Amino acid sequence: MIDDGLKSELQKHGVFVVSTEWLYNWGRKSSIWPLQFGLACCAIEMIAAAAARYDLARFGAEVFRATPRQADLMIVAGTVTKKMAPQVVRLFNQMPEPKYVIAMGACAISGGPFKDGYNVLKGVDRYIPVDVHIPGCPPRPEALLHAIITLQEKITGQHIDRTRWYDAKATTEFPIPVFGEHDLVPAANPEVWQPPKDYRDVTNAEVKKPA
Amino acid sequence: MITAPIANMTGKIETQTLEVSIGPQHPSTHGVFRMDVVLDGEIVRALKPVIGYLHRNHEQLAEKMAWLHSMPYTDRLDYFNSMTNNWAYALAVEKLAGIKVPERAEYIRVIMAELSRLQNHASAIGFLLQDCGAWGTPLLYAFREREKILDFFETVSGSRMMCNYLRFGGVRVDLDEPMLAMAREIVAKFPKFLDEFEKLMTTNEVVLARCQRVGILPKELAIAGSISGPVARASGVEYDLRKVDQYGVYGRFEFGVPVGPVGDVYDRYYIRVLEMREALKILQQALRDIPAGPAQAPEVKLRGFKIPAGDGYGRVEGPKGELGFYLVSDGGPKPYRYHVRPPSFINITVLEDMCLGHKVADAIIILGSIDIVLGEVDR
Amino acid sequence: MIPAIEQLCEAVRAAVPDAVLEIIPSTPAAAQPALLVDGAHVVAVAKYLRDDPSCRLDFCSCVTGVDYLAKGSIEVVYHLYSVALKHGPVVLKVRAPRDLDQCRVPSLTPVWRGCEFQEREAFDLYGVKFDGHPDLRRILMWDGFQDFPMRKDYVPPADYEWEPTPHDEVLKRAKAGGGIMPPSAAVEVKK
Repeated sequence: MIDDGLKSELQKHGVFVVSTEWLYNWGRKSSIWPLQFGLACCAIEMIAAAAARYDLARFGAEVFRATPRQADLMIVAGTVTKKMAPQVVRLFNQMPEPKYVIAMGACAISGGPFKDGYNVLKGVDRYIPVDVHIPGCPPRPEALLHAIITLQEKITGQHIDRTRWYDAKATTEFPIPVFGEHDLVPAANPEVWQPPKDYRDVTNAEVKKPA
Repeated sequence: MITAPIANMTGKIETQTLEVSIGPQHPSTHGVFRMDVVLDGEIVRALKPVIGYLHRNHEQLAEKMAWLHSMPYTDRLDYFNSMTNNWAYALAVEKLAGIKVPERAEYIRVIMAELSRLQNHASAIGFLLQDCGAWGTPLLYAFREREKILDFFETVSGSRMMCNYLRFGGVRVDLDEPMLAMAREIVAKFPKFLDEFEKLMTTNEVVLARCQRVGILPKELAIAGSISGPVARASGVEYDLRKVDQYGVYGRFEFGVPVGPVGDVYDRYYIRVLEMREALKILQQALRDIPAGPAQAPEVKLRGFKIPAGDGYGRVEGPKGELGFYLVSDGGPKPYRYHVRPPSFINITVLEDMCLGHKVADAIIILGSIDIVLGEVDR
Repeated sequence: MIPAIEQLCEAVRAAVPDAVLEIIPSTPAAAQPALLVDGAHVVAVAKYLRDDPSCRLDFCSCVTGVDYLAKGSIEVVYHLYSVALKHGPVVLKVRAPRDLDQCRVPSLTPVWRGCEFQEREAFDLYGVKFDGHPDLRRILMWDGFQDFPMRKDYVPPADYEWEPTPHDEVLKRAKAGGGIMPPSAAVEVKK
């Protein structure tokens, strides 16, 4: 490792010494381009976050792309209904790697206040992997800024030799659900989502352990 | 050297119509709204709206919960104007149960509703201009003013957008003097913003060229199609529920109802500007005349609230049109039937009629001028 | 001013002699009694209400379906107002049996264009077929969907709803099996 004293001495002369990985991640995190994908009420807070008061542009994320082919980040803002779910997965598949997903709002995380619905998908993470979850209904624009910063921290921590998109065997495209007669088919993608454990299963397992 | 002719032997060029699905993810569809258009070149020959991408079965949820529990869900119908949605629901319940609302609460409701109207119309014009290609400048101006109004809503109710502020028989929290001073300051500064906003757009030659004579809605079709709100008034239908039903204390205020001559996109834009000015007049009068008194009717129970059996329909003039609630009670603590009559859902009935013969780009701004919100359309 | 419901009923009976009419009251505070018309004559009654100079009910504000499970019928309710004379509402109701084969009423879209989307919604959510509707297909759910979700006897799919302490309805549905279940419910089903 290079001595810090030497580093600051070099910086005074305009020479910056960093690793390739740091540079790679710095470039990626400072220019995250979100996909314009507002579904419901959270979309308005997303637009407010991109507006003049809670400026999203200072994080490099002001350029909302209309097409998934040019976007890095999909902010799922709002309730994902079962009718919309195939389109969400299709759009995610169309995004080129590296791609990230932020589930904004209670509805995108788990179905939110509309959880008891026949047309509501109980969380977008049933079909696609989610990187950052923002609770709230709707979350304040500052919460979205916090999520972008969290995502930037996550990107900083990614290693250039262990990323998903350079791995030939990793999944980048996820199967798109189909409209069935009563529900989507399949109801969830088992590789991405498993039903969470009931606390009683955990308790029972511990009780049954032999002494 | 061209050897093969590009036209066939009779001299005509054959074309095919193209069926395109605009949406549900599209930069200008104001939410998850899909239009299946049949195009002949760029001219729209047929247009079918496809909705349901945000159907969150709000009505079924309301039938499972007590009367008051669906008040926060009404916030999420037209998510720009939570106050107006709350008022429509509270009005329908009060009509059904015969609850009298104290005067101060009525004035507070008017103040909240008109502030909602201001920020809704400003945002609607901002979105319409963005569809015209102004790429965000009017939208940012509108959102700057909207933030001031949202700050006021947050001070009063705790939330910027989903306020859940109204209750049956009044409002949840009374307004004290600092809050009223905040409202007065917003109303005092708004005309300057409105003048600046108008100067940018009303005589702007791009707006005039793109919006005039586009998407004309005839008056008879507006009435037959149950169109309400600024869209209908721009077509010459003189029908404003604040004047016709005179719900709340609207009968005490002096304000005009602008009515448009032609009913094209430009009229629908300009009528919103004029309605904002009228809303400012109402706000000035309401803030001047607000009486002292309780903010909620004391006899309304919060727990165990029941309505005698029967049905009723209550409606308010929301910024997007007539928002109504049809409620059927069986005497119990939950509604037997709860139906929302959303203005945006019915206003898109005539979308096809307005868009036929125009170009695709015009179809986008016609949709923008109707000002729909998918939370309302799909419920 | 709109005439009282009894006078309106008489006027309609005079104009459409064979119609079977009934007045249904509402709560005393709301004072919005409804006129129940039989399916065969509702289009004629609607045209009379729209065209008669004293009523001029040219604005159909709201169209709803209501499922009365106990009575075995589905009611379609129309709220009519007048833009020309600025009065209203007049409430019109039509009943159809709940049985899916017989659940049909005539469509009032030819009379008021604004009924178009709302009748499609009533078809989508309640299964009421509207004869004479120009384009009757599902509007909110996808086309292949087979159920009518707003009916009182609709059973939603056994989609796992995570609650830390499932009880009552949620636990019953989870135990009934099918779809995605919590592991504890799966264990109890095996028993």
